[in-house]
Amino acid sequence: MTATTDVSANQPVLIDVSALALLFETLREQGYTVVGPTVRDGAVVTAVLDSADQLPYGVGVETEAGRYRLRDRADRAAFAHSAGPQSWKNVLLPARTRRWSADRSPDGTMVVSGPDEPRRYALLGVRACDLAAIGVLDRVLAGGRHTDPVYAGRRDGNLIIAVECTEPGATCFCASMGTGPQCGAGFDLAMTELVDDDGHRFLVRAGTPAGAGILAALPGRPAGPASVGQARDAVAAAAARMGRTMPAVNLPGLLAANRQSPHWDDVASRCLTCGNCTMVCPTCFCTSTEDVTDLTGDHAERWQRWASCFDLDFSYLHGGSVRTSGQARYRQWISHKLGTWHDQFGMSGCVGCGRCIAWCPAGIDLTQEVDALAAAAAVTS
Amino acid sequence: MTTLAVWKFASCDGCQLSLLDCEDELLAVAGRVEIAHFLEATRAVEPGPYDVSLVEGSITTPEDAERIRHVREMSRVLVTLGACATAGGVQALRNFADIDEFRSVVYARPDYVSTLATSTPIAAHVDVDYELHGCPIDRRQLLDLITSLLLGRRPDLPGHSVCFECKRRGSVCVVVAHGTPCLGPVTRAGCGAICPAYQRGCFGCFGPAETPNAAAQAGLLRATGMAEDDVVRAYRTYNAADPTFIELSRVMAGPAPGAGPGGTGQEET
Ligand code: SF4
Ligand code: SF4
Ligand code: SF4
Ligand code: SF4
Repeated sequence: MTATTDVSANQPVLIDVSALALLFETLREQGYTVVGPTVRDGAVVTAVLDSADQLPYGVGVETEAGRYRLRDRADRAAFAHSAGPQSWKNVLLPARTRRWSADRSPDGTMVVSGPDEPRRYALLGVRACDLAAIGVLDRVLAGGRHTDPVYAGRRDGNLIIAVECTEPGATCFCASMGTGPQCGAGFDLAMTELVDDDGHRFLVRAGTPAGAGILAALPGRPAGPASVGQARDAVAAAAARMGRTMPAVNLPGLLAANRQSPHWDDVASRCLTCGNCTMVCPTCFCTSTEDVTDLTGDHAERWQRWASCFDLDFSYLHGGSVRTSGQARYRQWISHKLGTWHDQFGMSGCVGCGRCIAWCPAGIDLTQEVDALAAAAAVTS
Repeated sequence: MTTLAVWKFASCDGCQLSLLDCEDELLAVAGRVEIAHFLEATRAVEPGPYDVSLVEGSITTPEDAERIRHVREMSRVLVTLGACATAGGVQALRNFADIDEFRSVVYARPDYVSTLATSTPIAAHVDVDYELHGCPIDRRQLLDLITSLLLGRRPDLPGHSVCFECKRRGSVCVVVAHGTPCLGPVTRAGCGAICPAYQRGCFGCFGPAETPNAAAQAGLLRATGMAEDDVVRAYRTYNAADPTFIELSRVMAGPAPGAGPGGTGQEET
């Protein structure tokens, strides 16, 4: 039995896969609800997990534009899968959540209560692109003058356990967005999964005192230079195996200059305006509200739910919707993600996770659309 | 008190049953409105006019074409319930066939049956204030609409695709993860995306969403292995007389998923 390790020096530590059970126990003892990857209905989804047994051991995925399949792996790796249909947005900014409820008492007074008390979440299996996406949401929903109370409440007190990618998917392009696959900052713990003849283990480093505290409770051993090098190489190899690349052009400039491009007709002929891309995107933050009352009107609730710029209602102003064509709506989505987001928030709205490519039922790939837009611009200029 | 009337035309009663199915809320509804005409629930009938009429079923006989005008005259707000009333229902399959042949095959004494050659939605005959879609309707939408009418607030009746609700519900897309055909991208939301939650493709029972893309959806359906006949049938089931679905049922080719820029999916000729 290995002794618990002193990580005060912030040295990377090796833990065996069996230590994940203790990790779950430790998190629970500290009052965290653990959310992590698990298999459901033919995909790796994020869900509240009770035990490490629910992790997707031995499950790999194959992705392509508009296609996602699970596959059996030769090993028992638990984090060797690229992005599924959900992201940490599903936890931090739920698809549907109550903003407030109000009750009118018989004497006419009103009692109003806020959002439901959130739990303290430990997010397990956060990728580098996901860390970047949480950073984007922090900026948008908690970093300005108007804080989203639901997001802020759920984000508060998170513990983030990142797992670096060693198995990027065919739809991944975080390397070209500068967000991954190695995890730089924004985590409490960062792990790299290693599976080979020497066993199934994780190289773990702490990013915060909270992370160090958790790590200290796990049976580990100091990682030697060989393991550290092996982990570094695995992540570097992943960077070289990204299935997609975002063209290295001035994206905001390209999009702003080509608002009348004939290419929008081309993409609109393929786009279903179904909204899936915005729903799966880990940074799309748009919501709308829905009011619910009982029949008497004495009890009212306001619910917040995900909205999408692919909905006609989204751009409804007095008298009608502003963006009615598929052209206008696809252009809004990609222009916001890659262009105007910079003006608004000083960063890109895309972190290169590839979810919108894989989970688009029409298989529309924004990296290809950028390519085609640039090509069309080159022809006309 | 607000008076409510429920009317039946050519239909299966399933939508009216959705109202009776609001078990928990039914007493509250009965306490807030006077149910003046609802033969499925009671034989007692109050004379009109009525504040709100809920109309189930399509128009398939000359008598019903008359009767719906009368209902409209007696109603302040008229709401159609379900695929039959809003889009002709499954019985609108006759619109694509020979009614005399149907009649002679189905009935022992066809001469007893007086019917129109078509099944048409209520809106083809009279003005409609609100339409609830689905086969059957979603009872939460029905309750929300009744509540909205009582309190004078805006009902929540989205026009976007089922995919929005499917993702909000956290379901795994059956098209992307299983290669199963699904009408969700062209179908109006409102059901809560029930079918994909049980790993079935959407059957389109809520009728068309606000801006369906016929060719892209054809490309998707064909790529999942559907034959042309199956595509036609998929659209001509619950909402057979819906003009948009009729249009979609005539488009057989489109870009396959992942075709990429310039990919039209049309055969080279
Ligand atoms: S790009 Fe794809 S996912 Fe997004 S709205 Fe169009 S078809 Fe749907
Ligand atoms: S735009 Fe697409 S690739 Fe970029 S972050 Fe959103 S889902 Fe991921
Ligand atoms: S791309 Fe559309 S849904 Fe996403 S954040 Fe921008 S406006 Fe909102
Ligand atoms: S399963 Fe159907 S409804 Fe759900 S996202 Fe996929 S295409 Fe849309």
